[in-house]
Amino acid sequence: MTVDLQLSVNEQIYPLTVDTRETLLDTLRERLDLAGSKKGCDHGQCGSCTVLVDGRRVKSCLTLTVTVDDQPITTVEGLAGEDGLHPLQRAFIEHDAFQCGYCTPGQLCSAAGMLAEAARGWPSAVTPDVAADPVLGEEEIRERMSGNLCRCGAYPGIVAAIEEVAR
Amino acid sequence: MTTTEITYVGSPIDRVDGLEKVTGRARYASEHNPRDLTYAAPVQATIARGEVKGMDAGAALKVPGMIAVIWHGNAPRLAPSDAAELSVLQSPRVAYRGQYVAVAIAETLEAAREAAALLRVEYSEEAHDVELRADHPRLYRPDHVNPRLPADDVRGDPDAALASAPVVVDATYTTPAEHNNPMEPHATVAEWDGGGLTVHDSTQGPTALRGQLAPLFGMPPEQVRIISPHVGGGFGSKGLAHPHVVLAALAAKQVGRPVKLTVTRREMFAVTGYRTPTIQRVRLGAEEDGRLIAISHEACEQSSTIAEFAEQTTVATRMMYAAPHRRTTHRLVRLDVPTPSWMRAPGEAPGMFALESAMDELAVACGVDPVELRVRNEPATDPDTGLPFSSRNLVACLREGARRFGWDARDPRPGVRRRGGLLYGTGVASSTYPAYRSPSQASARAEPDGTFTVRIAAADLGTGARTVLTQIAADTLRAPAERVRVEIGDSALPQASIAGGSMGTASWGTAVVRACEALVRELERTGGVVPPGGAEASAATAEEVRGQEKYARHAFGAQFAEVAVDADTGETRVTRLLGVFAAGRIVNPKTARSQFVGGMTMGLSMALFEESVMDARFGDYLNNDLAQYHIAANADVRDIEAFWVEEDDPHLNPMGTKGIGEIGIVGTAAAVANAVHHATGIRVRDLPIRLDRLVR
Ligand code: FES
Ligand code: FES
Repeated sequence: MTVDLQLSVNEQIYPLTVDTRETLLDTLRERLDLAGSKKGCDHGQCGSCTVLVDGRRVKSCLTLTVTVDDQPITTVEGLAGEDGLHPLQRAFIEHDAFQCGYCTPGQLCSAAGMLAEAARGWPSAVTPDVAADPVLGEEEIRERMSGNLCRCGAYPGIVAAIEEVAR
Repeated sequence: MTTTEITYVGSPIDRVDGLEKVTGRARYASEHNPRDLTYAAPVQATIARGEVKGMDAGAALKVPGMIAVIWHGNAPRLAPSDAAELSVLQSPRVAYRGQYVAVAIAETLEAAREAAALLRVEYSEEAHDVELRADHPRLYRPDHVNPRLPADDVRGDPDAALASAPVVVDATYTTPAEHNNPMEPHATVAEWDGGGLTVHDSTQGPTALRGQLAPLFGMPPEQVRIISPHVGGGFGSKGLAHPHVVLAALAAKQVGRPVKLTVTRREMFAVTGYRTPTIQRVRLGAEEDGRLIAISHEACEQSSTIAEFAEQTTVATRMMYAAPHRRTTHRLVRLDVPTPSWMRAPGEAPGMFALESAMDELAVACGVDPVELRVRNEPATDPDTGLPFSSRNLVACLREGARRFGWDARDPRPGVRRRGGLLYGTGVASSTYPAYRSPSQASARAEPDGTFTVRIAAADLGTGARTVLTQIAADTLRAPAERVRVEIGDSALPQASIAGGSMGTASWGTAVVRACEALVRELERTGGVVPPGGAEASAATAEEVRGQEKYARHAFGAQFAEVAVDADTGETRVTRLLGVFAAGRIVNPKTARSQFVGGMTMGLSMALFEESVMDARFGDYLNNDLAQYHIAANADVRDIEAFWVEEDDPHLNPMGTKGIGEIGIVGTAAAVANAVHHATGIRVRDLPIRLDRLVR
């Protein structure tokens, strides 16, 4: 079964006919040529497909495209602004927060979503006082970023890069 | 020609492909969508041994958008090959559960998958045997272990020496099957045209893959082109061709259209290789002061029924420590299992877990400090070949690591450091990895506008190869790095050895240096003026590599771990991990640190989490996804640091480098297990260090 819809990705509108079984990740990668979002497992277990849906971090491999036609989507291709790279992108390069780069788009989108969560005061499992505003130190960042696996083991760089941007 | 005073080798420059990677512009294998693209969904065997008797494709072929079903009954014939894993769909035999037995090709991924699920395969099933045991009746001695080393090696009389040694450690260690699990699953886009076959693939060696693929289709290598600019990790699993590449090429040939085949994470557990499980008995005989008299290290490991993959598990033991009597052996059993393959530091990683755990047991038995014990057993020359070491700085790494880690204050008593509910302990282990080099070719080209292009069919799996080759080329050309472009990842470029065995930089770097030197000479002849059509030079290093001096070449390191073990639950956390390495000249401190830390992280993961569980009844690896096969996540890696000692070794290659991609994982698991013993008094000899192994 197919459905006609309009998808808003990185502030661009894409009119599409999609298979109702199609995941957002496959739509992005196979239909829209937005291959920045990566498929590491297709099962919601690695985080490499993380994108922002209405500003929240979402695993696009677990999201059916037909369910997000009414929400703005941001992928790694849309992180950079008019005035150049997103601060996270710059910090990732500077701290060598990746090796192969395959988990990187997911890490970046996840970090952007995570910073917004913390700014809204959302606690994590390691937040000492859940009523206070969380302070993004190393431990908080590691915990909040643990849904994004990196087999190259770039975690220390990822944490350092995010910590710098969070400051 | 522009000259510059800056030397790039040794500078922590940012990755030259960093911008592409953080913006999502870097294209990986499956991210190519040629016109008329079709999608393939493979079907895996659901028996571990037997034969495919028939295929009912009736329902599958009715799926809208369906194009074809290929199985052994209708597959195009491939040229006969020794590589049984690559003779895809050529025989009805099933050698392991999960082997590809068919493929569905459709207009969309969804349709291909639906069709694959609807295929009915009929089998005749035979009893299978998938369990590695030390008393397996079919264990045998392989002719060689990788890479063509003797399976057994005996010096002196180890049995007699062990019988009379004042102190003896005799213990059996096991390591489980482990899967590489690079973040990017293996993927192939295959396309045929008049000229032959073009393949976008995620590979560690475009030249090698071309060489494996072309003969299967009866073509000369020049008619196959492998394109692989970015590779999302490999760790050995993308070093040899796996069945999916052939399946994609075969499918594309059959349907006459390009085919994209992306291996799923679950399929990867059967068809893209893994680290063999091992059972290792280590016996050490020593004087009271810890000086070794005898070392015996015997390993049992597995391979499949269709290919002999003989991992070199005990080979590092041949050169680590001095001992007059030594035995190192390998026994293999061929089971109805997938074929094992390379996984980061094959041989060294599991082998050094056993040896370095045993050394810790010896230190405890002799009452000698574990750092001191290793220093006492330092050999003057290579115990295996008798050759001098080109450089050997294990002792410097141990001393420097001990200093940085604060080892000297260590109280050796186990099980006495309790803070809250946690037991703390520290452990040390040595690391090592050989410094190989393979022949490669490269070309270097100067343009009149002052830019340079260096070409070589190397691969960058995240190692930083593109970056360090740029540095090496810029220095040789005496040109600013911004003007030097390094093209890699394409078999149409000058042929190169694979990214494996930690020999990429040494092998490719030599070729790049020689090509750039030739270009410099060429430009000197023209008075530094680049002619309008550009100037070009090339080099091949086969002769240089063959003619190198006789030395034992190895990198060394020392790793120190601190763990906290929950006294009630047995949960183990690595609270600190510190490594010091001696690996020749470090070309780029920034990317090198990432390599060392990445290897150590995988070592931590090996110590605590990684285990592919064989289901004896059904004959496959049960925990075949990332929710069940655990790898270290961000919160598991707390305080991890890598350092290196300066090493000026003139006997290696023009850059003075040893490989750094694998040594980081060697010894880590032993350092962690030794720390767990120090924390709890419990010696865990079976990886991973699970809770149930610590709760008593
Ligand atoms: S691809 Fe979506 S979580 Fe792994
Ligand atoms: S950079 Fe390779 S998986 Fe994270």
